[in-house]
Amino acid sequence: MFWTALKRIIKAGFISFWRNGSVSLSAVFVMIVALFMIASTFLITAFLGTALRDLQDKIDINIYVDSKATEAQIISLQKQIETLPEVKKVNYTSREQALADFRLRHENDHRIIQALDEVGDNPLPAALTVKAKEPSQYEGIATFLSNKSELSAGGALSIVSKVNYNDNKVAIERLSKLIIGVKKLGSIITAVMIGISILITFNTIRLAIFIARDEIGVMRLVGGSREYIRGPFVVEGILYGLVSAFITLIIFYPITYWLKNTTQVFYGGVDLLHYFVANFVQIFLVIIFSGIALGAVSSYLAVRKYLR
Amino acid sequence: MIYFDNVYKVYPDGTKALDGVTLSVKQGEFVSIVGHSGAGKTTLVKLILGEDHPTEGSVSFDSVNLRKIKSKDVPKLRRRIGVIFQDFRLLPNKTAYENVAFAMEVAGKTDDEIASDVPHVLELVDLTKKMWNFPRQLSGGELQRVAIARAIVNQPDLIIADEPTGNLDPINTYEIVQILKKINDMGTTVVLTTHNKGVVEALGKRVITMDHGKITRDDSTGKYAL
Repeated sequence: MFWTALKRIIKAGFISFWRNGSVSLSAVFVMIVALFMIASTFLITAFLGTALRDLQDKIDINIYVDSKATEAQIISLQKQIETLPEVKKVNYTSREQALADFRLRHENDHRIIQALDEVGDNPLPAALTVKAKEPSQYEGIATFLSNKSELSAGGALSIVSKVNYNDNKVAIERLSKLIIGVKKLGSIITAVMIGISILITFNTIRLAIFIARDEIGVMRLVGGSREYIRGPFVVEGILYGLVSAFITLIIFYPITYWLKNTTQVFYGGVDLLHYFVANFVQIFLVIIFSGIALGAVSSYLAVRKYLR
Repeated sequence: MIYFDNVYKVYPDGTKALDGVTLSVKQGEFVSIVGHSGAGKTTLVKLILGEDHPTEGSVSFDSVNLRKIKSKDVPKLRRRIGVIFQDFRLLPNKTAYENVAFAMEVAGKTDDEIASDVPHVLELVDLTKKMWNFPRQLSGGELQRVAIARAIVNQPDLIIADEPTGNLDPINTYEIVQILKKINDMGTTVVLTTHNKGVVEALGKRVITMDHGKITRDDSTGKYAL
C-alpha cells in the first residue's frame, strides 16, 4: 500500500511538472538565479579565502643578525623564538644563502651585480624570518623580542642588529585589520545572499501553488489524505530544484572559464576555473542539495496553508 | 443515514445560515432540497461533508458524529460520499480518465481495480470516446458527467449533488437528472440541491423547502413551492 502510494505520488509529481510547463519553467528560472547566488557566494568565499591566506603568508618579521654572531648562537636564538606559542615558523637564512638569493633576484641587473662584486666581501647579514599564526600576533612577538635584553638590538650581549617590525608596523596592522574586515564582510554577504535566495524561491513556489489552490480543494473533497495531496507538490518542488541545479552547474563552467583571465590579473595565485573543476564534486553536492532542499521545503510549507 | 438535530450555524460575520434545522434522510432515499440563494442549502451540504462544523446541535452520518470528527478522519468520511458541484470541480491538468482514477487512488484501490472500473464508469455516463480529453476540451454536460463518474466510482453510500444542473442547458439537465435517478434506483442515497422547478417536479420524490435557514416544508412527493 505504501509503495503503491509512493509510486503514484512520484508519477503525479512528474506529470504535473510536465503539464504545468509554463509554471515549472518560471519556477526553474527563479531557482536558477537563487542557486546561482548560492554557488557564486560559495566560490567567491573560497576565492577570497585562498587570496587572504596567500596574503597572510607574505607577512613576516625579519630579524637581522649581527655579523659577529656564530652559527650556534643564531640557531639557539631560533630555538628560543620557536618556543613562543604565537609563532608558526622561524626560517634561518645564512649570510651565504642571503647573498645567493640576492644574486638570483638581480641576475638581470648588471650594475647591481657589478657593485656587489666590487665590494668583494659579503655585505648581507644573516636573518631569521618569523611567521606568526595570526597577523595580529606580530606586535606581541616584536614586543617580546625587544624586551629580552640579549635579543634586543643594540644591547651589549645582543647578536641582533635590527628587527624590521617597526618599519612595517603600519602596513602589517592595516593588513591584519583588512583581513579581519574582509572575513566578516564575506560571512555577512554569504548569509544575506543565502537568505535572499531562500526567500525568492519560497515565494515563487508559493505563487505556483497558489495557482493550484482550487485543485487542492478538489482533492480534499474527493477524499485525498494530506500526505497524498501534498506528495506530488513536494515531488514537483524537488524536480524544480534538480533541474535548476543541473542548469546552474552547466552555466557555471563557461562563466568560471571566462572569469579565469580576469581573476588571474587581479590575483595571480588563484584560478577560478581550476578551483571549480578541482572542487566539482563538493560544489555539485552543495548545489544539488540546496536545490532539492529549497524546492521540497518550500512546497511542503506552501501547500500546508491550503490543507488546513 | 443523515441526521440533523436542532442544528444552528452562525458565521463569524453574524449571518445565521441554519436556524434550528432538524431532519433525517433514510438509506436509499432521493431527497431534493430547494430554496432561494442564501436559504442555507450549501451550508447544509458543507456540514454533511465535514467541511464546516455546526455552531450548535449535532449532525451525524451513520454513526459518525460530524461535530466531533477529527480532521484526519475527514478524508475517510469523504470517500464514502460522492459529491457533484455546479462548477464541476475537476482537476484541470488531468484527463477525464485520470480525474476518475484519482478518486480511486485516494481510496487506496489497486492499479488493477482502477484499470477495470474507470472505463466501466465512464461508459455508464457515455464518455468512452472522450476518456483521454482534458476538462478544457469538454462541454458543460460532459464535464458534469465526468464529475458524476468520479462521484460514483467508489460506490459511495451517499451522493450529494449541489446544484448540479445550474450551469447546464435543459437537455443536459434532463440527462444529468436521469443519471442521478438511475444511481438512486441502484440503491444509493441521493441528496440534490436545486432551484430548478422542472427538475423537482419531474422527479416526483421527497422535497425539502428551505427559507432563511429554516425548513418550511417537507413533502414526501415533490412539489416546488416557492
